[in-house]
Amino acid sequence: MKTKIYIKSFCLLLVGLMFVNMALAAGEEDAVWNNALKQKHFGDRAIDESAATIELTAPYRAEDPALVPISITAKTPQTPGNYIKTITLIIDNNPEPFAAAFHFTPESGKADIATRLRFNAYTNIRAIAETNDGKLSMVKAFVKASGGCSAPIGADLEAAMARMGKMKFKLEGDKIVPNQPNQIQLLVSHPSISGMQMDQISRQIKPAHFVNQVKVSFNGKPVISAETDIALSTDPNFRFYFVPDKAGELKAEVKDNLGKEFSYTQAVSP
Amino acid sequence: MFKRLLCFAIFFFASVALVPANGTELSLKEVAPGVFVHQGVHALPDRQNQGEIANIGFIVGERCVAVVDSGGSPAQGRALKAAIKGMTKVPICHVINTHAHPDHIYGNSAFKEPGVAFVGHRKLAQAMAARAPYFLEKAGRDLGLVLKQEDFIAPSQIVESTLELDLGGRKLTLTAHGPAHTDNDLSVFDDKTRTLWLADLLFMGHLPVVDGSLSGWLKELAKLTKIEAKLAIPGHGPVASEWPKAADAEIRYLEMLRNEIRVYIKQGKTMEQAMAEVGQSGRGDWQLFDDFHKRNIATAFAELEWED
Repeated sequence: MKTKIYIKSFCLLLVGLMFVNMALAAGEEDAVWNNALKQKHFGDRAIDESAATIELTAPYRAEDPALVPISITAKTPQTPGNYIKTITLIIDNNPEPFAAAFHFTPESGKADIATRLRFNAYTNIRAIAETNDGKLSMVKAFVKASGGCSAPIGADLEAAMARMGKMKFKLEGDKIVPNQPNQIQLLVSHPSISGMQMDQISRQIKPAHFVNQVKVSFNGKPVISAETDIALSTDPNFRFYFVPDKAGELKAEVKDNLGKEFSYTQAVSP
Repeated sequence: MFKRLLCFAIFFFASVALVPANGTELSLKEVAPGVFVHQGVHALPDRQNQGEIANIGFIVGERCVAVVDSGGSPAQGRALKAAIKGMTKVPICHVINTHAHPDHIYGNSAFKEPGVAFVGHRKLAQAMAARAPYFLEKAGRDLGLVLKQEDFIAPSQIVESTLELDLGGRKLTLTAHGPAHTDNDLSVFDDKTRTLWLADLLFMGHLPVVDGSLSGWLKELAKLTKIEAKLAIPGHGPVASEWPKAADAEIRYLEMLRNEIRVYIKQGKTMEQAMAEVGQSGRGDWQLFDDFHKRNIATAFAELEWED
């Protein structure tokens, strides 16, 4: 009987603690952003927290924290008079919060971007869009790095290292459709490792090694470009749009933080 | 007979006396002469089980004992060590870490003393080092375990491809596998009883987790199923099971994953679509399906899109 009471009060205590935790989390979720990250990346500029410009899709639970698919959808098409210039992705509680900044042009057609990111913690991810009038707007989503045994490292780094620099473009179908936004996927093979901080265990010091610049062009005209950081998954993957006028050549130019450069071209036709 | 009874009595009292952190005794079963396995539970590591979820155990030779996986927490490691001391007078000479996942290595520190070699795959140290900062934080957050860097004990004896350990009248063959469940999987074959200790190369009941390479795992399983072993010991599942029948369900699941994801990639579908749709029919066959199936798809998808 006594035990039962103990169990009951213990359960109550646990539930109570859970609520306290939740309340704390709700208040603290934005603390890193408000206190440091906003100023660091955007200074004193006003940021409108609104989903009028872009929408962010991220899973609430990161199934594999090394490979979390996220996507940003633009609410309006890119036109010369009204377009999204840049979308910046920040993951508040990652060791390096800056994940990527993608730059678009009016010719991008649609400023949509999807990629795969690492999540080291329970954290907000934010997408901040800058339109050509200089205004900033932000959407955010909360992601729980999942339980289980996985870590945000990457499963088979040796395979990625062996094919480093290999790239592919994948169209939605086999052919392009001229004069309208066509979705395209860029696959880049790169280990994208954060380095071995604990070299007293492995007795080997490995520096961080990751993709930090991506440029895509079509027949010499820029389609999309990006500065990226360690939050990109192993074998970075990007999905975006371009508007081809006719047959031509897609070109990807990729650089990493150790100064390695890779490029790849692929012919596409209607 | 008397000796056996005595052994049993000592073991019984020892195991009752040794209460790990989560309040349950460390039960051990002798699956073959001298091969002892503690059965884990099919659960995510949490504050209640403190990460003590995997099958762990040891093999006793005439000269010394080899531990196979040290446990999911330092407390479980200590409980396992005390159980061994209670059962045999021969010393512990090896702690074999079958791979870098926390539920298999967090008991290491309990065994650290002169004369004990920590044995692991050539890639184990690197895998531990890369994951340690993240695992340390997670142990505190999710398991309520206070771990230090010293709890991550790197192997002092490396298995490049295979290694034989002589425990006295008993030869163990350790094999370092290619990327499979992880990129640092080790299996242990006990010659004397023809027992194949597969750890997480074999999941039974608990959904297999791909944290290395899907195709690589199927390749390793094709080799492993040719081994003429009587029994296999899974990392998650019953203490032992008939080999190679024990691998049937796992192979079926992994092959299904590979076949279905290949079709998605060929059709130009996305990882997100695959994660939402692939292999849902398998849900009833496995425990922890909802916890690991989607992540398996993500990992496998990222691997298989580089096949051609």
